[in-house]
Amino acid sequence: MKPEESATTGADLLVKALIDEEVEVVFGYPGGAVLPIYDSIFKQNRLRHILVRHEQAAVHAAEGYARSTGKVGVVLVTSGPGATNAVTGLTDALMDSIPIVCLTGQVPTHLIGNDAFQEADTTGITRPCTKHNYLVKAVGDLARTVHEAFYVARSGRPGPVVIDLPKDVLMNKHDYVAPKKPVQHKSYRPQTKPDPKKIEQAVEMIAHAKRPIFYAGGGIINSGPKASKLLTQFVRMTGYPVTNTLMGLGAFPASDKQFLGMLGMHGTYEANLAMHGCDVMINIGARFDDRITGNLGKFSPGSKKIHVDIDPSSINKNVRVDLPIVGDATLVLEEMIKVWKAKQPKTDQKALKAWWAEIETWRARNCLAYKSEKGTIKPQYALERLYHHIKDKDHYITTEVGQHQMWAAQFLKFEQPNRWMTSGGLGTMGYGFPAAMGVQIAHPDALVIDVAGEASILMNIQELSTVAQYRLPVKIFILNNQYMGMVRQWQELLHGSRYSESYMESLPDFVKLAEAFGAKGLRCHEPEKLDDTIKEMIALKHPVVVDVIVDQKENCFPMIPSGAAHNDMLLGPDDKAQKPVSEEGMVLV
Amino acid sequence: MQELASSHTISVLVDNEPGILARVVGLFSGRGYNIESLTVAQTDAKENLSRITIVTSGTPMVIEQIKAQLDRLVPVHRVRDLTVEGPHIERELALVKVKSTGEKRVEALRLADVFRAKVIDAKTDSFVFEVTGNSDKVQTFVGLMETLGLVDVGRTGIVAMSRGAEQL
Ligand SMILES: Cc1cc2nc3c(=O)[nH]c(=O)nc-3n(C[C@H](O)[C@H](O)[C@H](O)COP(=O)(O)OP(=O)(O)OC[C@H]3O[C@@H](n4cnc5c(N)ncnc54)[C@H](O)[C@@H]3O)c2cc1C
Ligand SMILES: Cc1ncc(C[n+]2csc(CCOP(=O)(O)OP(=O)(O)O)c2C)c(N)n1
Ligand SMILES: [Mg+2]
Repeated sequence: MKPEESATTGADLLVKALIDEEVEVVFGYPGGAVLPIYDSIFKQNRLRHILVRHEQAAVHAAEGYARSTGKVGVVLVTSGPGATNAVTGLTDALMDSIPIVCLTGQVPTHLIGNDAFQEADTTGITRPCTKHNYLVKAVGDLARTVHEAFYVARSGRPGPVVIDLPKDVLMNKHDYVAPKKPVQHKSYRPQTKPDPKKIEQAVEMIAHAKRPIFYAGGGIINSGPKASKLLTQFVRMTGYPVTNTLMGLGAFPASDKQFLGMLGMHGTYEANLAMHGCDVMINIGARFDDRITGNLGKFSPGSKKIHVDIDPSSINKNVRVDLPIVGDATLVLEEMIKVWKAKQPKTDQKALKAWWAEIETWRARNCLAYKSEKGTIKPQYALERLYHHIKDKDHYITTEVGQHQMWAAQFLKFEQPNRWMTSGGLGTMGYGFPAAMGVQIAHPDALVIDVAGEASILMNIQELSTVAQYRLPVKIFILNNQYMGMVRQWQELLHGSRYSESYMESLPDFVKLAEAFGAKGLRCHEPEKLDDTIKEMIALKHPVVVDVIVDQKENCFPMIPSGAAHNDMLLGPDDKAQKPVSEEGMVLV
Repeated sequence: MQELASSHTISVLVDNEPGILARVVGLFSGRGYNIESLTVAQTDAKENLSRITIVTSGTPMVIEQIKAQLDRLVPVHRVRDLTVEGPHIERELALVKVKSTGEKRVEALRLADVFRAKVIDAKTDSFVFEVTGNSDKVQTFVGLMETLGLVDVGRTGIVAMSRGAEQL
């Protein structure tokens, strides 16, 4: 066979490469520059395309798909506005370490730089919001680039990768190059195996702790479900307390007595005080984010810190640690367990007993308690009831951003990894609904619920059309407080209750809105009817929008005000800050 | 405890591909790090590698972050902090144009000789000198020329290398 005969167009090569990377679904939106790819998709039936209604939603859907399966999420958008619309999603995926490959159309190579129709400098725009990006200038580089992009997206610390594809490259012909396994990249080689000496040192430190705490984050989820199993095993072997970040929820079973709940700005009293007072902190796959540390100068002042992370740039970025360990959480935990078993260390039972006793007094404060009011649905109550009805069902939760997100983190319990998708690092309103679509595509029979705020949901509401088209039975559970509640809470705390532009005027009728899109709409005002509404929502095999009218003025507690230390938290509405928030604190977000 | 900022010379070996400089510079501007000097050119045609030399300053924690962030870029092969990894040499080249006549012209030429600067262009009323050395020497030479009719200066920025046989 002559090479011309075997040669394939760039677009066909691309589809072949995606199939070879075991891609099953692509979330996308067409346009002029990617028409050849859409033509190739049309001519085959291995690759499924989900047509979203906005490119931002395509990326969030791919994120939900990726986070709930551990696979790479794939996005396809056109040049110019298609690519720029994807930028928020890409940034979101970068901040939360989600593996994404985003294919963007581009004007033909000979027009690049000419301000051609729908031209944007996509590699320039996305350079700071991707883990890496490529502009493919010759069809001969296409297949190899796609395989490399998947490798970069999924390995090491995962993240989004953009491949910019000029239209002529998609139409030119070339032979296909199959992926090489195992991949040996010439410069990119993330370290996954930990240094054995450091594991020994870590076990030594952990064994001698008197007031230890495990602080586990999203890196455990990134590492795969085995990491959660190993974490659980190791934590139970030691008998030590454990807390999870927002991104790490599900890494350790929430119902376990050793679990102190989430830590950080809206974390539990016991988790934050244990972090503050510990003598040995074992951070695995968490990045000392500012929502966690609060005032850095006062963060866990008396502790020796071990930090396990696959990305050396996460270590010693915000907090100086005593024992850094670069490696993949699964491999590190495996080694730690091995060494622990071999050494059979005797932990200081007396000290640990005293530590747990102290923790129990903190736990007894019952920091998540809230005051019920007759006739009003408290948002916390709504989530408690929701959890009651879903806990025995195969379920996945996504959220938007705001108070409802924090309450969801506090009141829903996660027993397994990959069940909780939320926008942590970027805090992107509009994330939850498209993410839920992606989850539902990956898990067609599961119960997938987006816990939403009435403001956030409007940011990607157009996706109701997508769920209608693909009959995705996603549930949107709106905690409607008629406010950008999180904004209102900060205005109350920091700006003398001047609620500037945080009231949601002219909200749509969410029930009618749902119906307009062919979804089902439900509304609930009364606490007594809530259970029935939730049951109805679950029973419906359609997309459902539930408008739960909740208390407008409820605030999310506990809260560590900006710039304060962990032991300076507000526990409830009657708890006034000991000092007013400092000017230093005011400038923080 | 407030850590003190200090200057570091960092060598970075990268794939010589489009956009690589933008990646490195974007990293510095996006994360608010200083660039005091930056040089880049292809150094290995066979492997298509470029060597970037960056002089930056920061506290030890910031310098450690800068190195980790550079190392994280996909096309980066190696990052070496020459300042902490043992003795090294730094050189810079400058082209210095001086316009003067009479006594000043003679003095410029005499100083050029002292600094081992070469005359690479001469007209009856001007010189272009080429001077190499560490940055202090280059700076001193340029400073001296200011009173002697300095017109233009072009500096390469610093290139640096460790002493001894070891490869980057
Ligand atoms: C309104 C709002 C309020 C918030 N309040 C809180 C709060 O109260 N508490 C809270 O916890 N968060 C809160 N967040 C989220 C917060 O902003 C951060 O996103 C979150 O704390 C970061 O989680 P993480 O430290 O687990 O890191 P992630 O962002 O999940 O990062 C994972 C880390 O693990 C590493 N890693 C990746 N893969 C591996 C692997 N295989 N092995 C080892 N390491 C790996 C990565 O390099 C990275 O350092 C809030 C967000 C919003 C929007
Ligand atoms: C895209 C985007 N714009 C602005 C913000 C700032 N912000 C954070 S929470 C919030 C209010 C969210 O309101 P709602 O969705 O009703 O949730 P609630 O806090 O009321 O539960 C805003 C505006 C954001 N996080 N994302
Ligand atoms: Mg609201």
